[in-house]
Amino acid sequence: MLKRLISTRETLLMAAIVLLLVLISSRFPAFIGPSNLARVFNDTSPLILLAIGQMIVILTKCIDLSVAANLALTGMVVSMINVAAPGLPMIFILMIAVGLGTLLGMFNGLLVWKLSIPPIVVTLGTMTIFRGIIFLISDGKWVNSHEMSAAFKAFPRTILLGLPVLSWIAIIAVILFTIVMTRTTLGRAFYAAGGNPHAATYAGINVGKTQFWAFTISGALAGLAGYLWVSRFAVAYVDIAGGFELDVVAACVIGGVSIMGGIGTVAGALLGALFLGIIKNALPVVDISPFWQLAISGGAIIIAVALNAQANRKKGRIILKQAEHAT
Amino acid sequence: MLKQTDRPVPSQDVSQRHAVLALKGITKTFPGVKALSDVSLSLFPGKVTALIGENGAGKSTVVKILTGIYQPNGGTIEVDGMPTAFPAPQDAADNGVTAIHQETVLFDELSVAENIFLGHAPRGAFGLIDRKGMVAQARDLLNSIGAQIDPEHKLRDLGIANKHLVAIARALSIDARVVIMDEPTAALSHKEIEELYELVESLKAQGKAILFISHKFDEVFRIADNYTVFRDGQLIGDGAIADVSETELVKMMVGRDVSQIFPKRTPNPGDTVLKVQGYDHPTEFDDIGFTLRTGEILGFYGLVGAGRSEFMQALFGITRTSAGTVEVNGKQVEIRSPADAVANGIVYVPEDRGAQGAILDLPIFQNITLPSLGRISNNGFLQLAEEFKLARDYTERLDLRAASLDTPVGNLSGGNQQKVVIAKWLATQPSVIILDEPTKGVDIGSKAAVHEFMAELAAQGLAVIMVSSEIPEVLGMADRVIVMREGRIATELAGDDLTPETLVRHAAGI
Repeated sequence: MLKRLISTRETLLMAAIVLLLVLISSRFPAFIGPSNLARVFNDTSPLILLAIGQMIVILTKCIDLSVAANLALTGMVVSMINVAAPGLPMIFILMIAVGLGTLLGMFNGLLVWKLSIPPIVVTLGTMTIFRGIIFLISDGKWVNSHEMSAAFKAFPRTILLGLPVLSWIAIIAVILFTIVMTRTTLGRAFYAAGGNPHAATYAGINVGKTQFWAFTISGALAGLAGYLWVSRFAVAYVDIAGGFELDVVAACVIGGVSIMGGIGTVAGALLGALFLGIIKNALPVVDISPFWQLAISGGAIIIAVALNAQANRKKGRIILKQAEHAT
Repeated sequence: MLKQTDRPVPSQDVSQRHAVLALKGITKTFPGVKALSDVSLSLFPGKVTALIGENGAGKSTVVKILTGIYQPNGGTIEVDGMPTAFPAPQDAADNGVTAIHQETVLFDELSVAENIFLGHAPRGAFGLIDRKGMVAQARDLLNSIGAQIDPEHKLRDLGIANKHLVAIARALSIDARVVIMDEPTAALSHKEIEELYELVESLKAQGKAILFISHKFDEVFRIADNYTVFRDGQLIGDGAIADVSETELVKMMVGRDVSQIFPKRTPNPGDTVLKVQGYDHPTEFDDIGFTLRTGEILGFYGLVGAGRSEFMQALFGITRTSAGTVEVNGKQVEIRSPADAVANGIVYVPEDRGAQGAILDLPIFQNITLPSLGRISNNGFLQLAEEFKLARDYTERLDLRAASLDTPVGNLSGGNQQKVVIAKWLATQPSVIILDEPTKGVDIGSKAAVHEFMAELAAQGLAVIMVSSEIPEVLGMADRVIVMREGRIATELAGDDLTPETLVRHAAGI
């Protein structure tokens, strides 16, 4: 059991993160102070949420490129609702954000499931559609900090037991989806549908429907992240989180999620997101020019993927008798 | 008649007695595995040499060495008695060695003519491909082997048998001297196999050396002149087919006596468990109906493409029917998805157990419990203890030896992967089990085990449907046989009516 929990890929990534922190702290010791690490975690929380959703989608041999656009659209909608009805309790704002995100995800999922359109085409299309809708409903105008209500902006920053609510939401999502992925039939179906769709079909799993649920979850998390994002940065406009879907996919890939489907864990997505988050936060403090920052982030992605590819290499089937008993 | 495309005998001192292609003392190792150890193999012009061995005996490795895909670690390859090497597949092709693979390696999206001439198409003006000439030559080649295929059709539109013929035409087009046929009859119907035999005969007459790899002894005795037996990567014996008996060959192949007798059963059919009536599909089958009782093995025989697998997939809820009813234990049920079928106690072990069987990245226990999760979960939550117990029960029952149930199935050997697939279906506690070509591609030692197991299942009161294209298997195992032809039931046979002749007659519609 223990071996399965800490499978080598996650342990390797963990070691890489520790090494990264050691390297950074040698030049800037304050970086690994508890408060700063908490700040980095908080900063990475939206990425963690989206990476979990994306991990599930990739697990089923799909990809969701519309997550950042979903986040932006949901963020704009809840911002505009907040401007129109500043007194609306936060619980409704949260429900609207998750609900709208879920619907947008379901839309992706239905196109993939019922019309069998390749996921990359579907989400490339909806990505553009979602951004277009933001422009239509906002007329391209920004919703600025002073237009948002205090409660709207305060929620993710509220400190609970030493951590902001934003961080707690990420932590809860990690725990919740670890349970979903390892302890429920739906979680098992995600792995089966991506691992071998034919075999899954014969085992009575509806692969299309499983992919639909993956998109739905990804959409729900994107919607939630949409509200958290606009509230945290206290601004909403057409282009927020532009290109963020690539960070999300990168976090998954760094976290050992196989782009071919069937392999991946919540812990992997979490660590992949943290790895990227630490690099993004560390580079400015160790005074590296922004031009280098992009190159270093990109380099880290390629190195991580190359390492994963090495680890994924087939070690050969066990044909020899003694080898089989030795495993 | 065959077109004379073979080149003249290469040099004056090479007589018919010399091997055109020979392997001498070939050794091939992979990290941790010795695939071939000091094996030799000689192919003579105008002779068919059968290469015989169980799965994993090293047959495919030999083919890959002969075609330049693998490089041997030791030993020599001789062409016309001269030591040579095939550092790349092109070198083997240049020496006239061509292989027709188990899964024919052709291009679905290209035309038949393009497939035949890919890489050596006739050139016209400016070095461009001479399409007209290519199509004409392709038509000649196809006619010469009696294949009625339009060379301008896309390969995708052809059936498996015709794809084989295209592969053979391709082999002829590159003026092959050595033709390797790797289980060429595996996917062919009876009639197509006969046509293939004729083709092999005419290739022989043209002086081509043929390496024929097959699991089926009747084929080997029918067609081969020489035999070579491999076991565990070693040469066990070779010689002329005329000097050897089937029993001796089997003994060489498995290293022990294997009874080719099917398990003795005393069929004791009980109540009707499955009743199918009027199953229709717009294009695949029509008016399929039968009953099945507990403890019974019902065979489904027919030519490839008779609609047997298609019907089984519909019965299992993978495809939809346009009409028809199913009763399970006297109660009419609706089967709209595989989940419905499993819930009603019907399971289907597909023919392609590689692609449709196991999920290689998932551990053994998760593979086994996958179709049973509905039963052992609680409101969608898994119960790991029960899952492990179920998996352990069935791995023990099937004598599956693996260090841990956590091992990913992809790490297991082929035989054990099969056991996982079977365990998976038995764990659903079915009342009807559909086995589609249960021994296809399985070596003779494992075949007997599969038959034994099938008999055991029936004895335990399971109703078994066995889809099979192998006449001995159908005759040896089934209590009753439904013969399908062109999507319809041709007849149902049992008892004394069940003979090879009646089966073939009804299947072919003669």
